[in-house]
Amino acid sequence: MRNRELTRPEKSQATFEPRIVAFFCNWCTYLAADLAGTSRMKYAPNVRVIRVMCSGRVDPQFVLDAFAHGADGVFIGGCHPGDCHYQEGNYKTLRRFHLLKRVLQQMGIEDERCRLEWISAAEADRVRSTINDMVEKVRALGPLDLIPTEEKVSAEEVAV
Amino acid sequence: MPEIRSPVDGANHEPPRIGVYVCHCGTNIAGTVDVKAVTEYAAKLPGVVVSREYKYMCSDPGQALIQQDISEHNVNRVVVASCSPLLHEPTFRRVLSRAGINSFFLQMVNIREHVSWVHLDKQAATEKTKDLVRAAVRRVALHKPLQKRRVPINPNVLVVGGGIAGIHAALTLADAGKQVYLVEREPTIGGHMAKFDKTFPTLDCAACILTPKMTSVGSHPHITLWTYSEIVKVEGYVGNYKVQVKRKPRYIHEDLCIGCQECITACVYKEGKTPDQFNLGLSKRKPVYLPFPQAVPQKVVIDPETCIQFKSGKCKKTCVEACGERQAIDFTQTEKFEEIEVGTIILATGFKTFDASRHPYYGYGRYPNVYTSLEVERLINAAGPTGGEVVLRDGTRPKSVGIIHCVGSRDANTNRWCSKVCCMYSLKLAHLIKERTGAEVYNFYIDMRTPGKGYEEFYDRLLDEGVHFVRGRVAEVSDWAVHPSEEGKLVIRAEDTLAAFVRRIPVDMVVLSVGLEPQADAQEVRRLFNISCSTEGWFLERHPKLAPVSTFTEGVFIAGACQGPKDIPDSVAQAGAAAAEALALIDAQFVELEPYTAFVSEEECSGCKSCIPLCPYQAISFVEDKKKAAINEVLCKGCGTCVAACPSGSIQQNFFEDDEIFEEIEGVLAYA
Repeated sequence: MRNRELTRPEKSQATFEPRIVAFFCNWCTYLAADLAGTSRMKYAPNVRVIRVMCSGRVDPQFVLDAFAHGADGVFIGGCHPGDCHYQEGNYKTLRRFHLLKRVLQQMGIEDERCRLEWISAAEADRVRSTINDMVEKVRALGPLDLIPTEEKVSAEEVAV
Repeated sequence: MPEIRSPVDGANHEPPRIGVYVCHCGTNIAGTVDVKAVTEYAAKLPGVVVSREYKYMCSDPGQALIQQDISEHNVNRVVVASCSPLLHEPTFRRVLSRAGINSFFLQMVNIREHVSWVHLDKQAATEKTKDLVRAAVRRVALHKPLQKRRVPINPNVLVVGGGIAGIHAALTLADAGKQVYLVEREPTIGGHMAKFDKTFPTLDCAACILTPKMTSVGSHPHITLWTYSEIVKVEGYVGNYKVQVKRKPRYIHEDLCIGCQECITACVYKEGKTPDQFNLGLSKRKPVYLPFPQAVPQKVVIDPETCIQFKSGKCKKTCVEACGERQAIDFTQTEKFEEIEVGTIILATGFKTFDASRHPYYGYGRYPNVYTSLEVERLINAAGPTGGEVVLRDGTRPKSVGIIHCVGSRDANTNRWCSKVCCMYSLKLAHLIKERTGAEVYNFYIDMRTPGKGYEEFYDRLLDEGVHFVRGRVAEVSDWAVHPSEEGKLVIRAEDTLAAFVRRIPVDMVVLSVGLEPQADAQEVRRLFNISCSTEGWFLERHPKLAPVSTFTEGVFIAGACQGPKDIPDSVAQAGAAAAEALALIDAQFVELEPYTAFVSEEECSGCKSCIPLCPYQAISFVEDKKKAAINEVLCKGCGTCVAACPSGSIQQNFFEDDEIFEEIEGVLAYA
């Protein structure tokens, strides 16, 4: 297991621009994002895409690492069920995603901050709409704050 | 056993000296991203020794720039920030190879499709570009030298679909000496083209140009023709596909039937009772039939749904009697499965026509004299149900005919696309109907679209022939007469948008020029072959301009109308292109595969076996004596699912190692 220091930057609510890390599979969602480009669709510039061959390659640790290093949201894009280039990688992604969501919930990371979407190579508009929607939702939530500060720990919590 | 060579031994241990190259792509990138700022920013990143911008990085001088830096500045890692890696990654990898360093020491940053083309705010786009470049710089420092895997290619080709595209592709390949399997689901090849009488704009007879090709397919020593057959399973990868074909029973021994058709004459049914599919139900056929006179193969088929022997088991079997000693009829035949091995696959599965009854206001299925264009093709065809006579359902000749264009095309309620061929075939039908019946012919069109060699001239000819053209989308077809001249006629109501008033034109016959649609099972077929479809359902090409017959699955090509509406010349041209692409692969004798396979680090593997059931290709096995997992590189396709699942982190994926991806994640997030 990899040990990495938390290097979360300071963020202020006033100038907050959500940072979202996206993992797109090479065959469907990455292509859809390319198509959004060739179709000159416009969407929010808050997402940074990392290409993987299959959404099944997305190790839950990648998502945790992204949150730990300042991501306010993580977006995983894969092929539709039944359409995986590697037959069933996206089913494995889905399985892991559900488990990961429970972990994230326990860590206090809101549901909207981590999203899995099936977007086929032809669905450029879904890349656009999903990104815009996610950016707005994460913006509404504000910056992700993982590190509890002393002031935030209530007296009751400490008492028991 | 294919020859496999990856990863390369003797990794480069020199400290990374990174070169960053930011492309303007004319103004495509530079118009939205401050390229200069990105270049200056990249120059200060750790490990970067050169950072440059250039107008067109992919051009010869752009490539030379990188090559020069590799030799003069000892650059050993390259980051190119330009277009999508799916477009130019191979280009820049070749540059690295030419300069003498491993081609996998490259990382592409997609700042065109993913940045400049999708954002308007220059500052935000520039910041995003910096983040992506920073991530790439951090990632590329960890890249390891890799080598593509070489596997031999099976020279046999599978062509799916026996329309004009499939026929042409199969003949081209077979003439080049390759063994071709042509699989068609109908009992005969020929496809839609076999149904036509004449082809536009030359009006040459479809059968005269098609049937010789069909016969060649049937007799070609290098073509194995399987009609009445479907593909049920496809396994493997480029160069080495294993395909299972289901051969439906035609209840006739194909090798014994000589096509004499005596069984058809002898059938206990004196007259045909089943709507003949080939004639779109305009005639009836018997339970034993030949789809059409020039069918290839010339072998009859028995339809078990209507054959008395199958229904009751108590038929006199006059057909068997007529067949006599040849004994070609076999009621006990069952479906058979054949396994074949091929290196490349060409899909030419064609299209279906729009179901005109989806437009109830045009009265198809309600008024007997409303026909689809394909039905009229059969009426005009000399071998068709009326022997080439254009007649109404009551057998009389129409005195006036209305042809309605764009039925199921260019319509927000059904299909938005232009079906491309309808204007031209409507003109052809107008000409042929006028020629055969002398009727007044009215064409109702939205726009006349006649791009093609000799097409516009054909339109001019029709204007001279006195065919009427009304510009306007037809609102409805009805039998509601409001004037004595409309009694007993079909009234076409349309706004004439050139004359700016609503016309009512009474006609005897209405022809609906139905558009082209993807096949009903296009989605299942594309899943079978692991390719994609566009939103409309057409098979998706790898690149609309530069790779129009390739797909995202290596070794699988597409040709003809399965990729989008197309006329015969375009389908044939694509079929030729697909055949040439297949030949290029075959003649290279081997194919190079990306080295993105997974591998197990034995020291760390705990032997938990959690990876083994995850692999859809059974590439992971458990080595009992070592109690460790092992990955067969030949079977591994490089999805990385097992890598993500390994609890001890002992499985890694070439080019997508955990550390490389972590660097990328932290790279995009690290604030400047």
